[in-house]
Amino acid sequence: MDSIHPVRKVLSPLFLIGGLALLGASLAMDCMGGGPPPFYQYRGLILIAGILLFFAGLYLFPTLTHHRDIVNVIFLFPLLFTFGVTVIIPLLLGIFYSMTDWTGIRYTQFVGLANYAQMFHEVSFLWSLLITVLFVVFNMVLVNLVGFALALLCTSRLKGVGFFRAAYFLPNLIGGIVLGYVWQFVFNNVLVKVTGASLLTKTPSAFAAIIVVYIWQYAGYIMLIYVNGLVTVPGDVLEAAAIDGANAFTTLLRIKIPMIASTITICTFLTLTSAFKQFDVNMALTNGTGSVMDFMGQYLSNGTQMLALNIYNTAISKNSYALGQAKAVLFFIILACVSLVQVRISNSKEVEL
Amino acid sequence: MKTKLKTSTFVTIMVIAVIVALYTLAPFFLVCINVFKNANGIVADPVSFAGASVRQLMTNLSNVINNSNFSFWYAFGTSALITILSLILLALFGGMAAWVICRNKTVWSNAIYMVFIASMIIPFQVVMLPLISTFRDVGNFVGLSMLQSIPGIVFAYCGFGGAMTVFILTGMVKTVPYDLEEAASIDGCSYEGIYFRIIFPLLRPSVVTVTILNGMWIWNDYLLPSLMLGQNGKVKTLPVAVQAFVGSYVKQWDLILTAALLAMIPMIIIFLIAQRQIMSGMVEGAVK
Repeated sequence: MDSIHPVRKVLSPLFLIGGLALLGASLAMDCMGGGPPPFYQYRGLILIAGILLFFAGLYLFPTLTHHRDIVNVIFLFPLLFTFGVTVIIPLLLGIFYSMTDWTGIRYTQFVGLANYAQMFHEVSFLWSLLITVLFVVFNMVLVNLVGFALALLCTSRLKGVGFFRAAYFLPNLIGGIVLGYVWQFVFNNVLVKVTGASLLTKTPSAFAAIIVVYIWQYAGYIMLIYVNGLVTVPGDVLEAAAIDGANAFTTLLRIKIPMIASTITICTFLTLTSAFKQFDVNMALTNGTGSVMDFMGQYLSNGTQMLALNIYNTAISKNSYALGQAKAVLFFIILACVSLVQVRISNSKEVEL
Repeated sequence: MKTKLKTSTFVTIMVIAVIVALYTLAPFFLVCINVFKNANGIVADPVSFAGASVRQLMTNLSNVINNSNFSFWYAFGTSALITILSLILLALFGGMAAWVICRNKTVWSNAIYMVFIASMIIPFQVVMLPLISTFRDVGNFVGLSMLQSIPGIVFAYCGFGGAMTVFILTGMVKTVPYDLEEAASIDGCSYEGIYFRIIFPLLRPSVVTVTILNGMWIWNDYLLPSLMLGQNGKVKTLPVAVQAFVGSYVKQWDLILTAALLAMIPMIIIFLIAQRQIMSGMVEGAVK
């Protein structure tokens, strides 16, 4: 550890120079847009090889004092690099693009807040915003109620708790696309025998159907979190309550619910954000269709189109990338505000405890 | 003090539990019985076994598996490869980053950690459009296909999953006593050796949690692969294949339900094997 192996003194500069040479060569070919035939085709691989060789040289760099720093950089680099390229750069670009006439490929001019102004004049977007808020509110209440009720069920003295827990949780495992189609089948071919016309044909009932599917998918997960909270309520407290003559309902209201307040906060925000981002089930179940006769004086055909799907359709189907991006930025701002409120609330709760 | 429940209360609770279980399992049951029928049989009577036969199941399976829009084995293999590669890289890189962030109390490590935490609120929708164009432009520039390729999508998953992975693993690294590292260092272990020999093995419980959370998300994810790989591209993951398949066979429920069953089976098998870990992993991820 205290001496540097002589091989490193030779290999390190060799790798560093070799890596830089490969990097330079591939970047030169990128910029010139051409090069010797076999190499030009593989310039991407040459670039990767160059980077790897460079890091190998860096790792072997003959130093004792800076070895820790070098390893730190090498350890941080992969995740920071991927994170930067996939999240940070697109986020900044996205905010910028939302203020231009971006077409998904290029932009020609800066238009300021015109896209933002345009989306608030688009009645179908306002409708999406409205039903998304409705959907979120319904789900936040219903999923939590159902999840909490199931959790009480699963913590009561039930035979075969393991089976029931797994059965309730099972829907959460399957992706929204597959679930959406399975439920489309259920609504269109099975329940139709009871309901007469398929629930998915009319906007209000289709909206209710999405809520039902969403609760079906999500309540089991929320239940697990509540179960996790409920089992932390100490047994002696419950015992004391029972001795004092509290019935099951009073125990629930006065002891269990206050003691799992932080769990309730977690579940509330979890359902809020995930319902807000709902996309897969919405797409597979109704694909946003549904007619609205009169909303702000207009006929709409996107009766069940939630915000996430509206963004997707604006950009991908209608090819208005800049407008879609502006909607997405608004979507982000709403979520960020919600998250800030959540952080505030959970921090103030911690102080109380 | 465990009071005995009254029989009537117990029966009520059991009845409710069974009814709810029937409700949650009903769609799975419907899928399972209808894959044994042909299209006419399903439309005629979707809730009974009438018209069900094993031979029809075989016909449905071979129709779906060999269908060029679905190509089950290929989609399954692609999904599995993408998920496994992403999970391995996320656990490895995430652990390395978490350790460095945790053990170096500098302004930089703190700032990086804060950026990771803050980025967890960024929804995919706000980055998806620029992401595709960035990947396309960079890919064209350096001569690597980043959009319609498995390495490209694994790269994207490492970026998107990184924040949560680092967050959970940092919590775990904090619980590992620093003395352990000092002892190893005195015994002659190199700096990077400390991570691979001491820290990483100790992170195992959290790595399992992270792997479950990321695995459920990556396996079931539809939007990212559909945008990066294209709806009818050469490379397809299972959810994209299901979507493409349904798009081309509207109302052919015998085929669609068989495809849905095939898409569900891998996850259900894994759940049956690792039920306990999956359920506790999902809870831990949420509570943190």
